[in-house]
Amino acid sequence: MSKAVSRREFLKTSGEVALFIGVSGLLPQIISCKNNKEVQKLLKKHQLTAWVKLAEDGQITIYNPAAEMGQGSMTSLPAIFAEEMDADWSKISVEFSPQESHIYGSDKWSPNNKVMLSAGSMITYGYYSIMRQAGAQARYILMHSAAEHWKVPMEELSTSNGEVINGRDNKRMGYGNLIPFLSMPEKLPEFSESEFKDPKNYRFIGIDRPRVDIPDKVKGTTQFAIDIQLPEMLYGVLERGNLHGARPTLNNESEILALRGVLKIVPFDYAIGIISETLDQALAAKKRLNITWSESSASGFNSQECYKKYEKIASGKSAGKVITNEGDINSAIKSATKTFSVDFKNDYVYHAQMEPLNAIVQVGTDGNSAEVWVGSQQGFDSKLGVPKYLGIPAENVKINLQYLGGGFGRRSMTDFVLEGTGLAREVAPRPVKLIWTREDDLSYGAYRPLTLQRLKASADANGNITGLSHCVVGDGGNLVASGIRIDYYDIPHKYAEWREVSEGIRLKHWRSVGHGPNKFAIECMVDEIAAYFKKDPADFRRILLSKSPRGLATLEKAIAMSDWYSAIADKRAKGIAFLERSGTLSTGVCEISVDRKTGKIKVHHFWTASDAGIVIQPDNVRAQMEGGILMGISSVLKEQLTVVNGQVQQSNFNDYEILRMSEIPESVETEMIESRETPRGVGESGTPLVACAIANAFLKLTGKHLRHLPFTPERVLKALNT
Amino acid sequence: MASQSLNINNKTYVVDLNEDTSLLWVLREHLGLTGTKYGCGIALCGSCTVHVDGQPMRSCALPISGLNKNQKIITIEGLSDDGSHPVQKAWIEAQAPQCGYCQSGQIMQAVALLAENPNPTKEEIKAYMNGNLCRCGTYLRIVKAIEIAAKKH
Repeated sequence: MSKAVSRREFLKTSGEVALFIGVSGLLPQIISCKNNKEVQKLLKKHQLTAWVKLAEDGQITIYNPAAEMGQGSMTSLPAIFAEEMDADWSKISVEFSPQESHIYGSDKWSPNNKVMLSAGSMITYGYYSIMRQAGAQARYILMHSAAEHWKVPMEELSTSNGEVINGRDNKRMGYGNLIPFLSMPEKLPEFSESEFKDPKNYRFIGIDRPRVDIPDKVKGTTQFAIDIQLPEMLYGVLERGNLHGARPTLNNESEILALRGVLKIVPFDYAIGIISETLDQALAAKKRLNITWSESSASGFNSQECYKKYEKIASGKSAGKVITNEGDINSAIKSATKTFSVDFKNDYVYHAQMEPLNAIVQVGTDGNSAEVWVGSQQGFDSKLGVPKYLGIPAENVKINLQYLGGGFGRRSMTDFVLEGTGLAREVAPRPVKLIWTREDDLSYGAYRPLTLQRLKASADANGNITGLSHCVVGDGGNLVASGIRIDYYDIPHKYAEWREVSEGIRLKHWRSVGHGPNKFAIECMVDEIAAYFKKDPADFRRILLSKSPRGLATLEKAIAMSDWYSAIADKRAKGIAFLERSGTLSTGVCEISVDRKTGKIKVHHFWTASDAGIVIQPDNVRAQMEGGILMGISSVLKEQLTVVNGQVQQSNFNDYEILRMSEIPESVETEMIESRETPRGVGESGTPLVACAIANAFLKLTGKHLRHLPFTPERVLKALNT
Repeated sequence: MASQSLNINNKTYVVDLNEDTSLLWVLREHLGLTGTKYGCGIALCGSCTVHVDGQPMRSCALPISGLNKNQKIITIEGLSDDGSHPVQKAWIEAQAPQCGYCQSGQIMQAVALLAENPNPTKEEIKAYMNGNLCRCGTYLRIVKAIEIAAKKH
């Protein structure tokens, strides 16, 4: 006990302590947060996890292990924790956790491998059980400490809104007041489902709390990485060209080095970097670069001509990677009363997150350490590849996660972090702020892949779909294959495969990944078949979803919300789509009209009904669905990135237009089905509903098909005139 | 290079920079007023919106040589010390921001709108705000926030 006493004495003077809450039966420890060395040592030694800081004034700091890119993680994950801790929300503040995946990672990405990655709408699912467990354990420690202090059995204590209550005399003690009396239980329990708080007593889960990050965001004081200013900081820019992978030869090095403020030219395999005293000097020098670019593997590629080649690949005999093979698709098609074969296409799209990529990196004088300030969606390596890049131990790299000015998948790459590191190494120990211009961000982006999808379906005499075969041709593996599964549909014969091509264009996950193009193709195919058999598309899906009660519930809800079966205004039509993304089931309905002169489609209303399991923060979920739908409309109606002879043709918002306010629908209404199932992702659930719902509404309105994303006015006019 | 005085948030700053340096880089990288954001550099996204004599301007496309010391520049930092401007409060009430990066510009544009037209219709709001991009898709809530602010004026 003497150790405990001395610790207690120490705590009294320290002001702030950390509760280190053990996992898997490891004992928790309490030490000063200010004793960073000791914290690090403990973390290393015991593989403990640390989620909460408690101050004597009762202030509670909860660590958020996820990135905050607008999806509300800064509020929703702490809300889960606070629920089980039974904390007083008014005393809670939230900080990003250190980027140490062995402590703060979730194993929901891959079993037995803890990862910090905010992508795929995974964080609520990934951290739900972790935050509950940690919150419940924090409460347990506080109750244990109060029990020791009051010398009563723990069973007689309860908690309420940040206080422990003694059942005997109704005495109360705030969590902060317990700091001098904190003591560790012999064993910290792992709580099971039945021991967590009864949902009927919930104060946070399912109950809206204003988002904690919003007040600073309206003041303009939120710190994004691009806002970082450090003493002695230099600026870096890179010229990367618009032919991905081309190697540069700089023709005017001495001229550039002679420019005011330019300190260094740093060559990369695919770019020329410049380091200057100021940003304006760096940008001015970038414009003066005279570079000859080599050919690259993308040379000769034309994004609008490649579909012919992709059609041939889809027709070819050699199968690609088989993703689904249930039943016997070939015999289903042979014995069908009616068969369908339709090709769908989608061009590249770009992330266009509003904060262009940037990173601030400082490398130690000896090159043996580095510190990074970055807005990252993190990664399988929570040190973002910097240790490997510099050839130094991981513990010598500190990542300071900042707020993200949008992610959408682009910030789960580390290219910009490593570029910043490459620049900073050249001028160590001075920090370098690397900024990508919008033109850099667009032209040297990493896009959602272009694909061609060939769908073949078989139906019996009653118009039931008996088989669906889906072949996607494109570059990027899971980037094009995600969303190709249709487990929720009662179709006896299913087949799906991916046939690879490689074009040398940089690719990356883009909000909802392959689900956008794949669900577009699948859901349009469903409507084409329904139309052939003169069946209502919602009724048709009701049969397809007969074995998915959760899916069916979203369908019925969306039908009711959108008044699906009622008459509609002249020259308008509704379209419907159903899909699964990130474990969430959704039905979407949109109402559109078409300007037959200009070819412009207007979306008037959008309704979605989703089952995402338990909803942590309802209004935040609505915001995510609204945003996902609007980004979907933007990509479906406007966004088109093209490549000619390997060169990206767009460079800024003048030639890559995204949705503006005058183009938004009158309403986006979202409803969530009540559920006690594990929470799943919503950030990406809305986006893939848009293309299919619009195309299906267009089919109903005009009898014509839109089968190539985006639905530019030219393509719409072409469809109308066929 | 020329020494130049700028009146920003009712404070005088003297800068000694290349005269074609944009007001945006001066604010952000030289004066540390980072609430004003860089988004496109060609006046197409509105993230860098500030007020110059009450008019919303894209600071990325304003070389400092085009400004004089009598022009009053207001940035998001100059709107209020504590986020208490009615438009900022309405933004919170509507829970408008997501990533938040474009929101300084959105708010500055909205403040200018309401100064000009205290009771805008939905269509007037959309037209006035059309130059401000938001990739997270918060437009519906921005409209709502402006309507809240207008009502409370």
